[in-house]
Amino acid sequence: MNYQLNFAAVWRDFDTLLAGLGLGLELALVSIAIGCVIGLLMAFALLSKHRALRVSASVYVTVIRNTPILVLILLIYFALPGLGIRLDKIPSFIITLSLYAGAYLTEVFRGGLLSIPKGLREAGLAIGLGEWQIKAYITVPVMLRNVLPALSNNFISLFKDTSLAAAIAVPELTYYARKINVESYRVIETWLVTTALYVAACYLIALLLRYLEQRLAIRR
Amino acid sequence: MTHVAASTQNTSQALLEIRGLHKQYGQLEVLKGVDLTMQRGNVVTLIGSSGSGKTTLLRCVNMLEEFQGGRILLEGESIGYHEVNGKRVRHSENVIARHRAMTGMAFQQFNLFPHLTALQNVTLGLLKVKKLHKDEAVVLAEKWLERVGLLARRDHFPGQLSGGQQQRVAIARAIAMKPSLMLFDEVTSALDPELVGEVLSVIKGLAEDGMTMLLVTHEMRFAFEVSDTIVFMNQGRIEEQGPPKDLFERPQSPRLAEFLKSTRF
Amino acid sequence: MYESPSWLHELWSAREALWSGFLTSVQCSILAILLGTLIGVVAGLVLTYGRFWARAPFRFYVDLIRGTPVFVLVLACFYMAPALGWQINAFQAGVLGLTLFCGSHVAEIVRGALQALPRGQMEASKAIGLTFYQALGYVLLPQAMRQMLPTWVNSSTEIVKASTLLSVIGVAELLLSTQQIIARTFMTLEFYLFAGFLFFIINYAIELLGRHIEKRVALP
Repeated sequence: MNYQLNFAAVWRDFDTLLAGLGLGLELALVSIAIGCVIGLLMAFALLSKHRALRVSASVYVTVIRNTPILVLILLIYFALPGLGIRLDKIPSFIITLSLYAGAYLTEVFRGGLLSIPKGLREAGLAIGLGEWQIKAYITVPVMLRNVLPALSNNFISLFKDTSLAAAIAVPELTYYARKINVESYRVIETWLVTTALYVAACYLIALLLRYLEQRLAIRR
Repeated sequence: MTHVAASTQNTSQALLEIRGLHKQYGQLEVLKGVDLTMQRGNVVTLIGSSGSGKTTLLRCVNMLEEFQGGRILLEGESIGYHEVNGKRVRHSENVIARHRAMTGMAFQQFNLFPHLTALQNVTLGLLKVKKLHKDEAVVLAEKWLERVGLLARRDHFPGQLSGGQQQRVAIARAIAMKPSLMLFDEVTSALDPELVGEVLSVIKGLAEDGMTMLLVTHEMRFAFEVSDTIVFMNQGRIEEQGPPKDLFERPQSPRLAEFLKSTRF
Repeated sequence: MYESPSWLHELWSAREALWSGFLTSVQCSILAILLGTLIGVVAGLVLTYGRFWARAPFRFYVDLIRGTPVFVLVLACFYMAPALGWQINAFQAGVLGLTLFCGSHVAEIVRGALQALPRGQMEASKAIGLTFYQALGYVLLPQAMRQMLPTWVNSSTEIVKASTLLSVIGVAELLLSTQQIIARTFMTLEFYLFAGFLFFIINYAIELLGRHIEKRVALP
């Protein structure tokens, strides 16, 4: 092999790569926040007494979970304008990723809600709280703490999925990596550095989230 | 000095001979030099408070625990380790597996294989270790399942059996391998009280047939009835041993007396 | 007045391209799942039972791949292989990326399943004289496989979804075929929905099959 490693081209654009990484993180953060809201609503819908709510939530989860996210990204970005909904790249991507996150989080929250002991609700009723108050003050806070590890894993997955925004030219890390790759032909260096950035970011996020989990966990 | 059981005098024919057994977990010494000899047909029961090392001793005999000093001879074969140029070397896994097949073990938690039926649990070792033909293995397994009173349940999975039934299958699984020594590790401790009897009566039947057995149990009345020798262990050592009548009625060591007083019969 | 051809008409005339794309998608998914499972089982066994120095390279592999977005993995394989003097085509590069991805996931699944088995299972196997490999083959793996089946099925659907990423490196799988048809017909919404629907069918079929097998092998 007569390939000579030369990182100069990649270092020159390193701050661009970092900016791309930052955008990816922002996209993931916004999406998981919206996704949590969707997931919570859908989880309650799945556990609802009304058949129509249960069915529609279940269709949403099943369809989204079984459809490739790249198809969803392209569908929402390229096909919605045909229906008169014109969105910029970034909002369009955030909507897709949020919908995607929502489906996975629905499952997480549903599991979390089911594993909450019945006694908690009854204790709430006993002190005179209404159903919605019980949800807001007891069920949801307890459930959220219990599902923190799953939330962390989902966040890391979502962060990795932001690489797909490159497919609609959102300037995040993978987008810049492909750009540098094409412009400099420093193939090995580009992808080594890009991979290293993703791995390091995922590792640091994981560390941070473990720390937060421990801080927020309910002491037993 | 520990009491020397009458049976230890003829050591050339001993089935099991343990000499100076030492075992430690890191800094913690759990066996501090144990000597024990068993002849064919002996039933020996280890008693003592938890942490005295009795279960560890049992598990060393079939190398489920490594040990750091002393030796264990089973039918004259050195268990676990051998000497090469004066250095203590662990046997190869294959030799250890062969030695393990010479002993049978029943566990506190039964440890039946949940994906196999009662019959398959018993035949697995016969087929894969003893390399018996399928038909022979099934005949043998059925014989032993019948012996523990569970032939009718041969095609049940462990999940479909009660704790007592599971333990009886586990005993059949071990016995079917024709071990020269059976090890019983607190086999009734995980059972509901009403299921203890059925398991103990199986063991008693085996003892009456002349099976050589080393037991750890908290069932003192059972130990009294079934054993030739009772061994009282305390803090990693054998404190006292002898025939059940002597030990239970005239304990020599104050610690044994104390232990017996705190144990319900 | 000129009447534009109906969608069904276009669908019919594009049937061959779609069918061949569909087959390519299935083909690269199956390849990646099979090869990845093979790698993953070996890696999972070493991670569970290996000594430190045997574990180290596999740990590095698993952590590296799991910290990298699968899209970056596919791109890196596609661009880096030729630069390293390894002449493979886009299809092979894509399958390589998906295989590495699948392998790292299966490794963790296998490790998790084996470590979740009660210690007594190995001890009981040893006590009847089984060797390590016999215990693994007859006692531990049959149980671990039952336990990991749902997660493994899940990973398989992830691979099918990730196979769409091969469209970006020019493999004419279902998504790229769809995009080519869209470029010709401008029926963006219809064809993206149709592609999404086909992927949904594949994944849903895998899920149903998985549930069926799970029921068949469930222990009483």
